[in-house]
Formats: sequence, C-alpha cells, structure tokens
Amino acid sequence: MPKLYDLAHCRAGDKGNTSILSVIAYRPEDYAMLADKLTVSAVGAHLRGIVQGDIRRYELPQLSALQFVCEHSLNGGVTTSLALDAHGKSLSFALLELEI
Amino acid sequence: MRDSIRLGGGAGFAGDRLDAAADLAERGELDYLVLECLAERTIALAQLRRRRDPETGYDTRLVERVESLLPIIARRRIRLVSNFGAANPLAAADAIRDVARRMRIPIKVAAVTGDDVLDALDLGAPTMETGAPLSTFAPIVSANAYLGAEALLPALASGADIVVTGRVADPSLFVAPLMHEFGWRADEVDRLARGTAVGHLLECAGQLCGGYFADPGRKEIPDMAHLGFPFADVDSEGDAVLGKVAGTGGRITRATATEQLLYEVTDPHGYLTPDVTADFSAVALTETAPDRIAVRGAQGRTRPDKLKVSVGYLAGYVGEGEIGYAGANAVGRAQLAAQILRERLDGRFAELRIDLVGSTSLHGRAFDRDERPYEVRLRVAARGRSAEEAGIVGDEVEALYTNGPAGGGGTRKYVNEQIGIVSTLIDRARVHPSVTLREWDAHAEVV
Repeated sequence: MPKLYDLAHCRAGDKGNTSILSVIAYRPEDYAMLADKLTVSAVGAHLRGIVQGDIRRYELPQLSALQFVCEHSLNGGVTTSLALDAHGKSLSFALLELEI
Repeated sequence: MRDSIRLGGGAGFAGDRLDAAADLAERGELDYLVLECLAERTIALAQLRRRRDPETGYDTRLVERVESLLPIIARRRIRLVSNFGAANPLAAADAIRDVARRMRIPIKVAAVTGDDVLDALDLGAPTMETGAPLSTFAPIVSANAYLGAEALLPALASGADIVVTGRVADPSLFVAPLMHEFGWRADEVDRLARGTAVGHLLECAGQLCGGYFADPGRKEIPDMAHLGFPFADVDSEGDAVLGKVAGTGGRITRATATEQLLYEVTDPHGYLTPDVTADFSAVALTETAPDRIAVRGAQGRTRPDKLKVSVGYLAGYVGEGEIGYAGANAVGRAQLAAQILRERLDGRFAELRIDLVGSTSLHGRAFDRDERPYEVRLRVAARGRSAEEAGIVGDEVEALYTNGPAGGGGTRKYVNEQIGIVSTLIDRARVHPSVTLREWDAHAEVV
C-alpha cells in the first residue's frame, strides 16, 4: 500500500504545545484525493499517542496543501518538554508513514 | 521612490552560518540585510545573562557577526536590521560601535527598545497556552512584547546603518524596510500582508533554499554544504520575486517556498503579527526562472488589538543520562536497564522520561513494523528542583556500568537549567517603543 511519503512532502513546525504539520502534494492533481483521505480523524488515528488534543485542518488548494494544527502534541510544550525532540520536528516523517 | 527593494535573509536563528550571510551581503546586491536571531527561549536566556552582567544580554555571536559583515555592508551601502540585541539592544549598539571603532569604519547604530515589559506585566493575566494566570509560572525572569514594524520606522528614518532590536515579530523585521522605503501606512493591510508573506518566507534564511527540506532520492538539493541564503525583490505593492545568489548551493522551488510559507502557521487564513492579520490561502507561488519564485496574492485584515508577550520563567533543572547497547538482544538489555532505572528513580522525580534512541525516542513507537535496530541507546531524563537533584539521573545511568545489563557502553550525562516560555497579551497602549542612536566616525573622535 502506498504511503503518504510517496505522494506528498511534509514539514513540522511548533508553537508552544501545538504541532503544525504541512502536507504538500508533489503533484497538484493528487490534492483532491489527499484532501479526501487525510481527514482529521485519519490523521488523529495515525498519530494516536502523540496528538493529545484537537486537530484543525485547513485546506489550501491554491498551494496543493493541507495544514494540520495539532494541539497538545508536544509533551506539554517545547520549552519544558523532557522529550529528545521537544519541537516535534521529526513528526513530519511520522505523518508521512500513513498508508493511503 | 524606488521601484523595488531587495531584502536579504541572512540568519534564521542565533547559531546560523556566518559564511552564507557574508556571501549574500557581498554578492547579493542587497538594499537591506535582515538577521533573525531570536527564538522564543533565546531572549529569556539572554535576560539571565544580563542579570549577571548588565553589559551583556545581547546575542553571544553578535560581535562575530558584525565583524564579518560590517566591512561588506559599509562598502556596499547595505542597511542591516536584526533582533540580535536580544535582552539588551542598548548594550548591543555599544558593542557594535566598539567593533566599528576597532575596524575604523564610520557607523550609525539605532537601538530599538521598549519590548521589555517585565515591569508592566499583570500577573493575573491569563496565559494563552492554558488560561492559567501568569502568577502560576514562577519565578518569571523575562517578559518581552512582540513589537511591530512601526517600532522600527523612527530608527530607519534616522538614517542608521544598523538597526538593532530585541523582541520584534520576525516578519516585521522585513516589513519595516518596506514601510520605510515605500511609505506604506499602518492601515494598508493588503500591502502589509504581502510584505509579511515575504518576511515569513525569508525569516528562516536557508530553509527557503532547500535547507530542512532535502530528502535524498526524493527531494534532491545540490551542494548543501554551501547552501545559499535567500533574497526577495519586493515592489511598492508588496509583490515579490524570491531568489538566491548564483553559484551558491541549494535550490528555491515552488515546493521549498510552499513548505516555508506554511511553516509554523497556526491559521493560514489569519496569520497574526503586530502589523496585520494576513491571509496566505490565496498566495500564488510561480517559478519564473531557475531559483526564482514570484510571490503574489496575500491578503490583509486589521491587525490584532493587543500585542503578544513572551514570558520566560525558571522551570527547574533537567538531568539526562544515556547508555548504548548493541548486537544480539540489544533492545532487551536496554529495556532491562530502563526497568532498573525506573525502579530507582520513580518517586524521586515528579516527571521522568525513558526513551530508546534508535527505536522509539522520537515518536514513542515505531511506525514501521519491520523495525529492529542493531544498536539502541537508552536515554533517561527527569526534572529536578536543583542542579544537584537533576544530577542524580546521570549518576544512576553511569552506575549501570557495574550494576546493570551486559554490554552497556558510552554513557553520557548532562544537567541543564530549563527556561519555560508562556505567552500572554498586552494592550498596545502599555508598550512604548523608543530609539536610541550610537555613532562613531574618525573625525568626531576625541584623540
């Protein structure tokens, strides 16, 4: 089964305890399919144990991109987390493991 | 009025590469070079340094940066704008003047202050993260409001060669020169939004040029050891073309620009800065030539009423310890070590975390079912109230040498003071930016 990694690229950003995951289709023609499959619940289920709060999804067809804003996802927040990757910078590649 | 202004992004964080910035200044034909050097926590750490020594508190690499860039920007008449004043822009201006004097280069430096609102802070105000009042986060060591582009305008109008600030919203460092050059007013929201998009694209420097983007075989970026830093040609409407110096490493494409445009944006329809509420959803990125991307279409709405304040507090000490295991049953032996440490440390620390590096440390579990590492590294972290208490973590890991599972090696231990950051809002009326000038030239010097 193809992974999201084969269809899109992703970058993770952080604000406090919120992780922001940008998913960008390599090919604009894949955007509609990705928007269809990458629902908030699909992403939430895939990142269970990591994302502890609500997920907001923004659709950006002009950029062939979906923006997932995931609250309570950084072990309490970048500056006080005991995690090795306190910023959650590597979470982009966790999301890209999702099977499409 | 100029048709277009070229802004360069010469640093994406305090520790960023110096050589790439110097190359951009030397060959980029810039009008302005902007250095973004101030992450959220950086300013709290700088405030702690300033408490120990009032002459410090600016970016620890400021002198090195200015020594490297000053001869170039003086020769090429580039104006430098940076938040590398951190917790002490006035001392930073003095330090810059001292460098100029030493190098015999005439200089006018403008320091922008007023972001430090520690004394104006209402401890009953709710934090944006949880709603809990600020008073629950103690002891507080710093409070810096995010100033907007307007705070820099008097500094730019003074004719200063270098504008040094403390906390300013990152995109505002880029918007300020555009307001200054093109006479944009504070209510021209679409122009400000376009300028904000450009600033946001440039503020992480190399990240626009393939830095933090590359993935070999999938997203190829050439010559990353010599990654070029970006510039933007911005016209009086705020429309822009991104580019980088020919011959430098890296690449600017629609894909690199899209990743950077959306980076850390919690609402693409309403990106808040002190200057404007910017909507990036209709931004069009178009490749006009290799490594040239046109940016158009950001839209603006009224700026937020209040300013965001970043508040730093002392959050205790984090102790860490690590030890590695390899070969047959490496994971099993690391798990045994983890179990031993949990038994010995649980209860002594309110917060304890144990990870297997090489296996589950980053995501808590493996997404790939075939994962089976040859080697694994155990990492333990806990927060203590004192450095001594936090130090117990590393000592316990080290004791696994003679008391733990077979074949453990390569222990390391660390203790670090932790600065927490929370945010709150403040009325604009309670924030008073001001500008102080420092100058030096050989003729004026009293011998």
